[in-house]
Amino acid sequence: MTKSDSIIKISKLNKWYGKFHALKDIDLSVGRTEKIVICGPSGSGKSTLIRCINRLEVHQEGSIQVDGIELTDDIKQITEIRSDVGMVFQHFNLFPHLTVLENCSLAPIWVRKKSKVEAEEMAMQLLEKVRIPDQADKYPGQLSGGQQQRVAIARALCMQPRIMLFDEPTSALDPEMIKEVLETMIELADSGMTMIVVTHEMGFANRVADRIIFMDEGQIVEQNDPESFFKNPESDRTKLFLSQILDH
Amino acid sequence: MSKFPITLHRNPKFRSAIIQAVLVLVVVYSFYSLYQTTIFNLEERGIKTSTSFFDQVAPFKVGFSPFLNFELGETTYIEVFYIGVLNTILVAILGIIAATFLGFFIGILRSSNNWLAQKFALTYVEIFRNMPLLLQIMFWNFAIFLAFLPPPKQSLEFGAFYLNGRGLQTPVPIIENNFLFKVWLSVVILSVVASFIFRSWAKKRRNQTGKSLPVLSISLSFVIIVGISAFYILGQPLTVDMPVLGKFNFKGGGQLPLPLFSLWFALTIYTSAFIAENVRAGIASVSKGQIEAARSIGLTRPQMVKLIIIPQALRVIIPPTISQYLNLTKNSSLAMAVGYEEVVAVWANISLNQTGQALIIIAMTIIFFEICSLFTSFILNIYNRRIQIAER
Repeated sequence: MTKSDSIIKISKLNKWYGKFHALKDIDLSVGRTEKIVICGPSGSGKSTLIRCINRLEVHQEGSIQVDGIELTDDIKQITEIRSDVGMVFQHFNLFPHLTVLENCSLAPIWVRKKSKVEAEEMAMQLLEKVRIPDQADKYPGQLSGGQQQRVAIARALCMQPRIMLFDEPTSALDPEMIKEVLETMIELADSGMTMIVVTHEMGFANRVADRIIFMDEGQIVEQNDPESFFKNPESDRTKLFLSQILDH
Repeated sequence: MSKFPITLHRNPKFRSAIIQAVLVLVVVYSFYSLYQTTIFNLEERGIKTSTSFFDQVAPFKVGFSPFLNFELGETTYIEVFYIGVLNTILVAILGIIAATFLGFFIGILRSSNNWLAQKFALTYVEIFRNMPLLLQIMFWNFAIFLAFLPPPKQSLEFGAFYLNGRGLQTPVPIIENNFLFKVWLSVVILSVVASFIFRSWAKKRRNQTGKSLPVLSISLSFVIIVGISAFYILGQPLTVDMPVLGKFNFKGGGQLPLPLFSLWFALTIYTSAFIAENVRAGIASVSKGQIEAARSIGLTRPQMVKLIIIPQALRVIIPPTISQYLNLTKNSSLAMAVGYEEVVAVWANISLNQTGQALIIIAMTIIFFEICSLFTSFILNIYNRRIQIAER
């Protein structure tokens, strides 16, 4: 991966919550269409890292460039980056007062200034892609967790993002529903989307990731391709983590 | 089917039916005996309960009657009742409008990230929510307005409005030519209708093409231009009677008496503190995840407030705010303390003392407040249902 080909460039990123040093000197560059899985124990800063990329969290030091745009306090640039970066949350965060179709067409209408007809057409296509077109007129509260998460993925895709961020997308789901969401994500990965996924689903990581990053205490401890990562982890901390999540 | 039928006294349906029947009987009997006792006591004192006093001339003066004409020696008791009712409705409507705006403003300040604004709103709410309303009405009227407002000669001037110790002097519109005024009014109404049609057309156009128009400013300027030009073309069918300072007092114009002003002011301040709390609770009820999701799809802050926060917050804000509107309406009866002539003062107090017709007068007052409250809840519940239904 050459440097000029990277879509996200993070260098010397530092973030504090009060006195707590949440991210320490993170350097990371992500290539176009690259799929990255970030794992690590809770509190290791993995969610904070990806939330910095679309500025749901504000970093104090270092720089983040997304598709050539530097993240600063400039509201216009932030909005621009956000509309190019889709995000899927652990708890779905669908808008409960809007139907599934309205959830998906909202941003294309208001941010992309599309016509309602056009936005709904595209929303229906994407709902078909995540295989729930028949639920379009229901409200989120009427769907199962797995269905809600797939709507959330469709909602993010409606903005035709160049990058998708997933913040533990399956952690709040029943085991049966994890599968349907992961399948949707694998299809998305196969279609060539740039993805950064925070997850503990190691099967998924092994299958789609180009690179797995292991974080602990706000630092990137180790990164490697899946095969080397699982077979020959370098640091003891990674070995311990892998033994804990794989051996049961 | 169970083998043994349940005996009657152990059957829950039978039991609850019996209990309810007994309760109804007790309530009906209590009301009946209350009614009998009252009638008996009134007759003991030589008062025959009847509505014949309605048409008698009221022997006292009602000073503030902006909607009906009051003429001492001509106005009857029933007209006094109407005047009181209208005065109550007037202060309630003025109070509800002002308290809503002020309450939302304070509530939004209370939820803001600005330290000063937040603490200011908190102090405001805690001070005015925790003081008895009667005390506040008397405080504003006697300790502030009466004490500090100047006599008419040194009135405070706000454009064509003059504020002094007697109240607020306002210009009053006078219809010069009734026919032309009606023509002008219909032209204005037609232009408003036209802008609503324009609005729905613009919405349809946006749905189809995604192009939006500044609908509000276009329709507003349209209505204003049409209204003003029609006004002059029709030869100014409406003139304004301006208050002019005479030797001792103002001549011309209208007067909102100080008691109305103080009462309105106190009711607004008091109720807005409660509404502000409802607004704060409503905004707080929208979870952080909703805001993050709205930001992550690229909505700007105003879009997020309009499309995500307000629709969800309103569902929490409206039901308790309906209660505050009802409270404000009922609390207006505390006007007796400052002498504003609303229904409890002129009807349930003065008229009752004059005629002794306690039964009818109190019953009518109660029924008026019941109808008022039920009507307010009815209207707002329709609105409430419209926004609540969205979740399912």
